[in-house]
Amino acid sequence: MANKVAESISREEFFYGHKACAGCGGSLAVRAALKVLGPNAVSVLPAGCMSAVGFNFPQLCFSNNSIISTFAGTASMLTGVEAGLRARGFKDFTAVGFAGDGGTADIGIQALSGAIDRNDNIIYICYDNEAYMNTGIQKSGLTPFGAKTTTTPAGSNIHGNLHNKKNMFEIAAAHDIPYAATASIGNIPDFIAKVKKASQIKGTKYIHVIAPCPTGWGVAPDQTVEIAKEVVESGLWYLAEYENGTFKLNYKPKEFSSVEAYLKKQGRFKHLTDDDIQIITASRDKKWEYINRTFEL
Amino acid sequence: MSKKFLSGNEAFAEGIRLACPQVISAYPITPQTIVVERLSEMVEDGSLSAEYVHVESEHSALSCAIGASAAGARAFTATSSQGLLYMAECLYYASGGRFPIVMMNADRSTALPWNIYGDQRDSLSQLDSGWIQAYAENAQEALDLALMSYKIAEDKRVSTPYMANLDGFVLTHTYETVDIPEREQADKFLPAYETDNRIDFDNPKNMAFSAGPDTNYIFKFKEHEGILAARDVINETEKEFAEIFGREYSGLIEKYRTDDAEYIIVTLGSIAGLCRETADKLRESGVKAGVVRIRYMRPFPNAEIAEVLRNAKAYAVLEKDISFGNEGTVFTNVNSALKKAGVNVSGYNFIGGLGGRNISAGDIENIYNDIINGTDSVNFIGIGGEDNGK
Amino acid sequence: MRPYVREKKDFTFDEVPENTSFEAGYLTTVNSGWRSIRPVISTNKCVGCEQCYLYCPDGVISIAEGKAVIDYDFCKGCGICAKICRIGAIEMEAERK
Repeated sequence: MANKVAESISREEFFYGHKACAGCGGSLAVRAALKVLGPNAVSVLPAGCMSAVGFNFPQLCFSNNSIISTFAGTASMLTGVEAGLRARGFKDFTAVGFAGDGGTADIGIQALSGAIDRNDNIIYICYDNEAYMNTGIQKSGLTPFGAKTTTTPAGSNIHGNLHNKKNMFEIAAAHDIPYAATASIGNIPDFIAKVKKASQIKGTKYIHVIAPCPTGWGVAPDQTVEIAKEVVESGLWYLAEYENGTFKLNYKPKEFSSVEAYLKKQGRFKHLTDDDIQIITASRDKKWEYINRTFEL
Repeated sequence: MSKKFLSGNEAFAEGIRLACPQVISAYPITPQTIVVERLSEMVEDGSLSAEYVHVESEHSALSCAIGASAAGARAFTATSSQGLLYMAECLYYASGGRFPIVMMNADRSTALPWNIYGDQRDSLSQLDSGWIQAYAENAQEALDLALMSYKIAEDKRVSTPYMANLDGFVLTHTYETVDIPEREQADKFLPAYETDNRIDFDNPKNMAFSAGPDTNYIFKFKEHEGILAARDVINETEKEFAEIFGREYSGLIEKYRTDDAEYIIVTLGSIAGLCRETADKLRESGVKAGVVRIRYMRPFPNAEIAEVLRNAKAYAVLEKDISFGNEGTVFTNVNSALKKAGVNVSGYNFIGGLGGRNISAGDIENIYNDIINGTDSVNFIGIGGEDNGK
Repeated sequence: MRPYVREKKDFTFDEVPENTSFEAGYLTTVNSGWRSIRPVISTNKCVGCEQCYLYCPDGVISIAEGKAVIDYDFCKGCGICAKICRIGAIEMEAERK
């Protein structure tokens, strides 16, 4: 029984033997993207989960050329790698970065903005697990409202994180980037199609993929993919693209699944009250009002 | 060979043009700007075939250069002061990864208080970052260092990034007549960059990885050996440079009238000229004065310093730097060299030129007099005197 | 093609590289010890649809003769494959220590 998506990507494994937690969503995103880009991908990963689990000399888990960057330097190192290889006469390669939410939306946003501004010919993939997981689940700029992290504890006074998730997809798009997309590891065919599309576009490409972390989210390792589907079904995340100046929604759930059900499956949201859930639901509805108004379907 | 009337920055840019970097990534900061402006013009007019990347910060400037070097390209950046401090994380990264990037640093004071003028607190604060550190005295030396830097940094035995320091304004913005080597000779002197420390599509690499306690210190030992190897490589490179271009340099230090000197000022950078003039003047009145100019702070000229100061009666270390809570960093390094060699000579530290404050010939004459008569261990030039430093 | 476990695991002083670059895909340790449960494929049921292959975070599933095969050296036993399999061809079984 042929699987068209499986046939469309490399049979080789480029991210193998790594020490990521069982069921790690980030490692699935990296693995899938590299299978799209093939052996001539040069990956740049900042200090963070995927570099920590993949680059411990002599256990080196990337089969393609790969390098760790400074935490803030994913995009700037990508720029240098791309410029250096081009200066040496190479044409057939893809410079791709894989940075987490903190590495992208917090410490790395300046370098990312600079690279998009210069329209450097790179693909930047943010695997968003919604907190600083490598250092032990601390809040990042992409931690959602209400989430309990080790720096946003849930107590009787404060119910976890008080701030909303930064909108990196639209921040990238606001640079008038040639291509930006959101994705979820709950929908690998969609993610693969977006990475493939990005690889065929010249200039800077940004893909923001939700990649649940079973450890930090408080779900069982076998739930990673399902919870990544549910975040889309509940409308708390969405699959979209930005291209040629327009936003396009790729998928619209016929009816949103329960926000409460999504939240209550995760240890990080267990403490939320009905009022908290109401705030989250209202914020989702407001977002979708905007999406319905401005995104093409 | 042609002659041009150039500032230190411009001379350095001419040297970089001859060295043909393939990627230049830099962020503007006073007083470095002229060097990157000239390089941009060279890229524009086609006389330098390089990718010029307009990065959005100094951190990105060096991060980009590291990426380019990892791609196997010759990379250049330039900065100063706050910019050097902002890229500090990447300094250690470049040296730990053994990427032979060259950087020009326009030595400038560090905030606070804000100040754009020259002192050496920026680069001397980064002595431990694993970079070769050279200090130029004049524009000709700046140009020559630019050309020699890549040959030294890229030597397989060294594989260490190279920071060439030019005193802000005093050197970067001062014009003098400079000999420009011919392209053909420069190409003969400096071949293309070859390394196996780079991305390779035939034999893929994982780079800039982690190393646990079992091997980490071996990597660090080898890094140390690499920068120490620069001692020989600098001498070899200068010898070859002299054969091709006819200008001679003296390795890690430059000595002036030290053979019989009883009182020696040890310093670095552009102030050395005034020290030599003052030594000449004092010699006329019978004082056996000499000057040592440190050309390289890393690798540090331990043996050379000990040898040249061995028979002196006293020495002064004059530096535009202070390690707060202790003394000038150069003084610490010089004293360590003497201690290790068993040399016991009275030494005094003179801190001057901070925030671009002028050091006059009179100040230098006073230093000689102070070390003849004995003074405090650490002295801020002018402070406590008649005008109390004003 | 997948990286494989090398025999050479310890590096002497001379063998430690001069710089931080080394052969890509160089594995010295396996991950099998992480497992408390292991996926077992029912070759009767498996139709080779490759959903499990697509969603495995560790890339340990491949297809041989139309059936899913697991590299137990590197499978961590996360169970995603068993969840994703629509026809129930993968069962998680307790790991026998």
